[in-house]
Parts: sequence; structure tokens; C-alpha cells
Amino acid sequence: MIEVTGIRKAFNQGRDNEYWALDGIDLHIEAKKVTALRGPSGSGKTTLLTIVGCLARPTEGRVHLLGEDISGLPERFLTEIRRKRFGFIFQQFNLIKGLTALDNIILPAYPTGRPRHELLARAEELLAGLKLGHRRDAKVEWLSGGEQQRVAICRALINDPEVVIADEPTANLDTHLAGEFMGILENLADQDRTILLTSHDPLVVESSVVHRVVDMRDGKLIVHG
Amino acid sequence: MKLWLAKQRYLIDFTLASLARRKTRNLGLLAVYTVLVFMLSSVTLYTHALRQEAARVLTASPEVIVQRMVAGRHDLIPPGYIEKVGRIRGVQKIEGRLWGYYYDAVTKANYTFMVPAENAPVAGEIVVGPALERSRGLAKNNGISFRSYSGKLHSFIVADVLPQASELISADLVLMSEASFRAFFDYPVGHYTDIALSVANPQEVRNVALKLAAALPDARPILRDEVLRTYASIYDWREGIVLALLSAAILAFGILAWEKASGLSAEEKREIGILKAIGWETGDVIKMKFWEGLLISLTAFLAGFVAAYVHVFHFAAALFEPVLKGWAVLYPRFQLTPHIDGLQVATLFFFTVVPYAAAVLVPIWKAAITDPDSVMRS
Ligand SMILES: Nc1ncnc2c1ncn2[C@@H]1O[C@H](COP(=O)(O)OP(=O)(O)OP(=O)(O)O)[C@@H](O)[C@H]1O
Ligand SMILES: [Mg+2]
Repeated sequence: MIEVTGIRKAFNQGRDNEYWALDGIDLHIEAKKVTALRGPSGSGKTTLLTIVGCLARPTEGRVHLLGEDISGLPERFLTEIRRKRFGFIFQQFNLIKGLTALDNIILPAYPTGRPRHELLARAEELLAGLKLGHRRDAKVEWLSGGEQQRVAICRALINDPEVVIADEPTANLDTHLAGEFMGILENLADQDRTILLTSHDPLVVESSVVHRVVDMRDGKLIVHG
Repeated sequence: MKLWLAKQRYLIDFTLASLARRKTRNLGLLAVYTVLVFMLSSVTLYTHALRQEAARVLTASPEVIVQRMVAGRHDLIPPGYIEKVGRIRGVQKIEGRLWGYYYDAVTKANYTFMVPAENAPVAGEIVVGPALERSRGLAKNNGISFRSYSGKLHSFIVADVLPQASELISADLVLMSEASFRAFFDYPVGHYTDIALSVANPQEVRNVALKLAAALPDARPILRDEVLRTYASIYDWREGIVLALLSAAILAFGILAWEKASGLSAEEKREIGILKAIGWETGDVIKMKFWEGLLISLTAFLAGFVAAYVHVFHFAAALFEPVLKGWAVLYPRFQLTPHIDGLQVATLFFFTVVPYAAAVLVPIWKAAITDPDSVMRS
């Protein structure tokens, strides 16, 4: 599905505080599988997610999506790829305050121009699926952490993406909610979505839902065996 | 097309929602903005209306007025003088005028007493302008007394009140008969305040004036053209002040815009990042913010302009009185005719709405073109 080769990423390149967060990554993310990135803090997991998810460009290296090299594409195309193929679940959820759960969920679908009533119906369906139908009209800042995350998941799914990217999805949840999230994750995997997540939560990386765990350290992958 | 429309509708919906979310901040911004537009519009509407009014009054005034100067001061026209002036070639119509200022201690206002050339009231009766009607509570058939400069009380019956005309000059006017006037001001018979004359050939006005000055060295001819020019220079001077005011307002406006421009809040930046990350195009983000700016600036423009209109034409620009007081020397009291000029509105619009919209877009654009990866780390 996604193949990255020779990825290096520098922050503050050319300045005194230049820092190479990724230092030569080759990774193939298989379609319809759940891949987890694991590693100590600062090892570059989030940085790698931003590159795979077309949120940032690598300093060096190539990214292939379904065999097509997308590293050199202009921003417009990357935006379109993000919108059409990826669904993001951010660690801080990143919902837009002041908007209702429903309005947040349909936000990524705006540029598609799909009719609003259709979108709202789909959003309600997603919310109901995560047992949150009764909170649809609540402003997101009034929702609990677990509820916010479920709204964020619905938002990630509104455009029916092939790939779901989640950064530390259980870091802000208690054990019970984390368990619920694993249920949702299993569902997403059953829907044949490609899932890439980072975590150092054993509940996640040791779960049977995860097909493959990739270890990282100091911006490099640790090759097992 | 349908898709495009659906997108615009969504965008506007979102913009409105996002404006409502930052209610206090946006209302504050709107208030400051409106006040600035109000000031700018008031100043422009006011000066423009004054110019128009003055031009109108002047076109109705005689081409040449002759005053007599004695020891550098305006003195009465003695008997026989008018005939002398009438003998100058080129002079067509000639007429001695009787007018004077009267300070009314009751209302602390100056009135212009005048004998009209036609339809003068009969002796003992006066016709008053709307200013007196207002300030002295006069109506038809009321009696009123004025104490003359000699100390004697003169009583008059108000025969009529002048209609609320657009002419600046009529408001404080008191029209009376020649006999009443002469009695009140102690003007001897045959004396006049000044002489109004018209010239057969408008091209000859200057020549006639020169001949006049040569024939009667104590005569001071005042040409309408010159008055116009004097007024223009006074207007220009006023406009200097106004311009200073204006630039102050523009400066304040610039600061506002700059503040807004540099002050993209962390929250706003975060939102832009989120929208981009989840698939909004840079153009969509900018459009959304553009709508936001446009809504604010248009609302402020409309509110400010309407308020300025009311201020200038219904409250006679009361707020500017201290600054523009000098006008009162020309015309003690006046009512401006409401007037809107398309070009003027366009200019105002251009100087208030456009720079704001532009200033707002720069930081948005900067934020919108950066990689949205920071949303992963907030
Ligand atoms: N914008 C940036 N500027 C400078 N350095 C950065 C920036 N973003 C990340 N880094 C650095 O890059 C390194 C990798 O960061 P990254 O967030 O990818 O780590 P991580 O594996 O996700 O860590 P964590 O488990 O704490 O989330 C860190 O040392 C971080 O300080
Ligand atoms: Mg991280």
C-alpha cells in the first residue's frame, strides 16, 4: 500500500539546532493490515506518521502510494490524497472547539461538495456506531476525553478512507476506554482498512488486532533477527 | 456548478459558525472598525456637503458687491454713491443693500437683519428664518422686541416664518421693511450697507471692477469669483485639518489591520492546521478567512457609514463642532442637505474594506501554506 524508502527528516536544517529526527527509514506498510510503530519517546514515530500521511515532506527519500511516487507532488495533490485516502486520529483529537460533534465530523467532507444532509446522515450513522448518537449536537469541548476521541474517529472515517492513521490513540484514555478503542480498531481492521498507528501501550502493541509491530529508535527502524 | 454552490454555502456556514465562536473578540473588532469608518465617513460626508452648500449659495449671490472703505473699515454707502457707480460702463443692474448683524443676548446668537429687494414686509412686521422660530419659539403673529444698539426697544410682529430651505443663509435671517431697518440701526436715509451689481458681459467683470476702483478709490469691489476662491482656500485649510483627522483615523485603521495581521492567535493557527490536515485545500482555508474578514469589514462599513450619515445630516456633525467651528463665521447656522456621492462611497469603501481584507489575508496565507504536521504535536 505505502512504501517509504531512504527517508530522512531534518528539523531546522542548516541551523545550529539542526536535528535529524528520521535517519534512513525503509518501510512497507501492507494494505488491509494493522501496523504499529513502537519506540521510546523521541525516536521519531510521530515524525514518520506525518510523512506517511502526507502532512509533511521528507528531507530525503521517497514515498510511494499504491506504486505511485508521491514525494514530489505539489501540495494541492497531497491535500487531495489526505482527504481521499487517509483518515487521521490525532493524539490530542484536534477537534474544532465551538462546533458540535456532527459539524466536526463532516468537516473533512466539505471540499468534496457532497450535500450536507447526506453528510449529516452519514455522520449520525458513524456516531451511532460508536454509541455516541445522543451527543451529536453537543459542542465538542463539553465532551469527555473518550467521547472526544470517538468523535475524532468518526471524523477520520467520514470520507471512507482506505488508510487510517492514529498517533498514540490510547495515550489519553483510561484502561477501560482503551479497551473500547481496541474494539473499534478491530472493527476498522475487519472493514479491510489499512491501519498505521504508533503506541507504546502494551494493550495495543501486544493485541492480536495488530498484525505487525515495527520498532524504532533514534530515527531508525530496528530490524529483528 | 451545483458542487461549487454547495461548497460556497458550506464555507459561509462554517464562516458564520466560526465568527460566532469568537463572539467577544469579533464584536470588539467590529466596534473599533465601525468607529473608524464612522469617523472617516463623517469627515468626508461633512466636507463634501459643505462645499456643495456653499457653491449653491454663492451662485445665487450677485456678481459684484461694492463696499466702501473708510480708514480700512467697511463703512456705509453715502447718498449719491450708487449713481456714481451706475455710470460706469458695463454695469447692468445696480441696487443698494441694507443688512446688518444683530447679537441676540437671549439666545447668544447672531441674526442677520436684512431688507429684501422684493416683497419686503410692511413696517413693524418681520419675517424670520427657521433658526429664530426654533430658538425664540416664534410663530406667525407673535410679537417680539429687539433692543437696538442705541438702547431702544423695537417691537415687531412676525408676519411669517421662512420655510426650512436648504440655503445656508436663510436660517438666521430677519427680514424687515426699509423703514424699520433704518430706524433700528439708525441708518440715515440714502445710506446703504453695500451695493450689489451685475455686469452685462460676464467676461467683463474684472474690467468693470478695475474701472470701479479707478473711479472711486474708496470702493472695494468684491467679485463672486474671488469670494469663491477665498472660500475655496478656507475650505482647503479646513480640509487640511480634516485631512489630519483623516490620516489619524487611517493610521489607527492601519494599526488595527496590522494588529489583526500579526495577531493570528495560536488557536486560529491550530485550526488552520487541523483543516489542512484533514484535507482542506489552502484555497479553501483562505476563502473561509476571507469571508470572515469581508463579513466583519462590510458590516462595519455599513454600520459606520449609516451612523456617519445620521451624524452629519441629522445632528449637523455635532461631534466635529469644536474642530470645524470656523465655519460658523461664514454661516452662523446651517442645515446641510443630505447628499450621497457614489464616488465618495466607493473611495471610502476602498480605503476601509480593502486594506483590511488584504491585511488579514497575508498571515492566513502564510499559515495556510505551511505543512500541517504541527497538528500532530499540539
Ligand atoms: N518541529 C520540530 N522542530 C524540532 N525538532 C522536532 C520537531 N518535531 C519533532 N522534533 C524532534 O524530533 C524528534 C522525534 O520526534 P517525534 O515526535 O517523532 O518522536 P516520537 O517518537 O513521536 O515521540 P513520543 O513518543 O514522545 O511522541 C524529537 O527529538 C523531537 O524533539
Ligand atoms: Mg509522538
